[in-house]
Amino acid sequence: MSSIPALVVDNLRKTYGNGVQALKGISLTVQPGDFFALLGPNGAGKSTLIGILSSLVNSSEGDARIFGMSVNKQRNEAMKLIGLVPQEINFNQFEKPFDICVNEAGFYGIPRKIAAERAEKYLKELRLWDKAQDQARMLSGGMKRRLMIARAMMNEPRLLILDEPTAGVDIEIRRSMWHFISGINAAGTTVILTTHYLEEAEQLCRNIAIIDHGTIVENTTMKQLLSKLDVETFVFDVNNLPEVLPSLPGITFRRTDEHTLEAEMPRTQAMNALFDAFNAHGITVTSMRNKTNRLEELFVRLVENGRQEQDKQESSKEKVA
Amino acid sequence: MSNLAGNMVALQTIVRREIVRIMRIWTQTLIPPAITMTLYFVIFGRLIGGRIGNIQGQFSYMQYIVPGLVMMSIITNSYGNISSSFFGAKFQRSVEEMLVSPMSNWVILLGYVTGAVVRGLIVGFLVLLIALFFTKLHVAHPLVTILSVLFGATIFSLAGFVNAIYAKKFDDIALVPTFVLTPLTYLGGVFYSVNMLSEPWQAISRINPILYMVNAFRFGVLGISDVHIGVAFIVMLAFVVGLSWVALSLLRRGVGLRS
Repeated sequence: MSSIPALVVDNLRKTYGNGVQALKGISLTVQPGDFFALLGPNGAGKSTLIGILSSLVNSSEGDARIFGMSVNKQRNEAMKLIGLVPQEINFNQFEKPFDICVNEAGFYGIPRKIAAERAEKYLKELRLWDKAQDQARMLSGGMKRRLMIARAMMNEPRLLILDEPTAGVDIEIRRSMWHFISGINAAGTTVILTTHYLEEAEQLCRNIAIIDHGTIVENTTMKQLLSKLDVETFVFDVNNLPEVLPSLPGITFRRTDEHTLEAEMPRTQAMNALFDAFNAHGITVTSMRNKTNRLEELFVRLVENGRQEQDKQESSKEKVA
Repeated sequence: MSNLAGNMVALQTIVRREIVRIMRIWTQTLIPPAITMTLYFVIFGRLIGGRIGNIQGQFSYMQYIVPGLVMMSIITNSYGNISSSFFGAKFQRSVEEMLVSPMSNWVILLGYVTGAVVRGLIVGFLVLLIALFFTKLHVAHPLVTILSVLFGATIFSLAGFVNAIYAKKFDDIALVPTFVLTPLTYLGGVFYSVNMLSEPWQAISRINPILYMVNAFRFGVLGISDVHIGVAFIVMLAFVVGLSWVALSLLRRGVGLRS
């Protein structure tokens, strides 16, 4: 595998004409073959960053290199290496899915015969082949999203960028999309994923960057990030919940209703004592689960910390003024 | 694959897509101009024109207006095709398919212009066929005829492209044809010779680019013109070069397309 990074973002800044500073000098590196999560709340700057990488947005300062090709100086060469699945539907709704894919390949200089073979391959893999000759506007929301993935694969990119590809699709289709994208990644394509479904990012991605207010607030491996979570909350479905709840050092119990008990405990603490206490109080546990997705909890903390920090800075500026 | 070969495939793709679009909505793209021009031939050529004497000695009024009406249908349809197609792509954001691809800006421009010229030529041919039901024509200068048609269609395709780049809503692509293109066409010597006008109207008419296109085409078909044919081609060439430069410059800067 190539040793050149799939993506190097170098001090990228973007200030829009209305004065909004969407990116405040971000830098990050994505290694080839990675499955990389780019997370952040709405308006954090994710789509601006993707826009710059795909040359739809002009940067104000800095550059990005895709497999060594500068987006500013070698745009055409860099674009040959990218496949983009944007957040919004952006194909001609009056064209047929087959034509949309074949035309996309044509824009990348791929001869029509090869394009037709690839269109058939990817439309079949994404379970759209039976709709290939229908007008695209007749497709369901999930089908339209899968069509954009098929279209992005037409130039067989080395770097596939997916901007919220599963937004608004049901869980079954979402899982089939995960399966497809994981397969693409396993075959060697580097994938950058933005999503608001943090479970999706946790399951699929190996490395992660969290962006907020145009700056990177975290950039690490998924494993390292999750290890920062020191407290977890478990939800137990129980029978025979007594009036007086068990008491254990370090664990906080909360009764949600007659049959549900929550326990917040340090991640390092063994759970055996917990079950001993349940047995001692005659509580029967019928099932248990994590209250929230672990990444979600971390994400909320990081973003909130960032906001508090920013509020502090702003209030100190006001005092100075 | 070399960049040139890749760009050629991309160019064929855009042209093919544009022609498929024209044919898919042929009831909107080909039939209305044919019906409109038939009405012009019936009303102005046959009913009113029959009461007007010969123009420049040897041509009936119907024969005189046919080249102007053919050119009028070519330029309005070239303009309408490119402005609605490219703005439609912007509106649906499908233009991003091209903007994120490695194709060069000149390929996007040439692809759309070729599609628009093709529609202009198809409509022009249909109108010419209809004209033959009303009058007899023979082409005096075939090369001038072909070149003037190509120049006219290209100039207005380029102008329509620039309009579509600046347009933010569908109203914006209707404004120019209504308030600029139609008056210029009607005052561009389609229905009369500018030599019939007194000064200063004759001089004012000579700053209208459509006058040169109509007269170049009329020279090609009938062999008569209000302007020197060499001047007409210099003016048309200047417009092609100038508008191409403007369109490519807008694409390079991403005006209305990239943020």
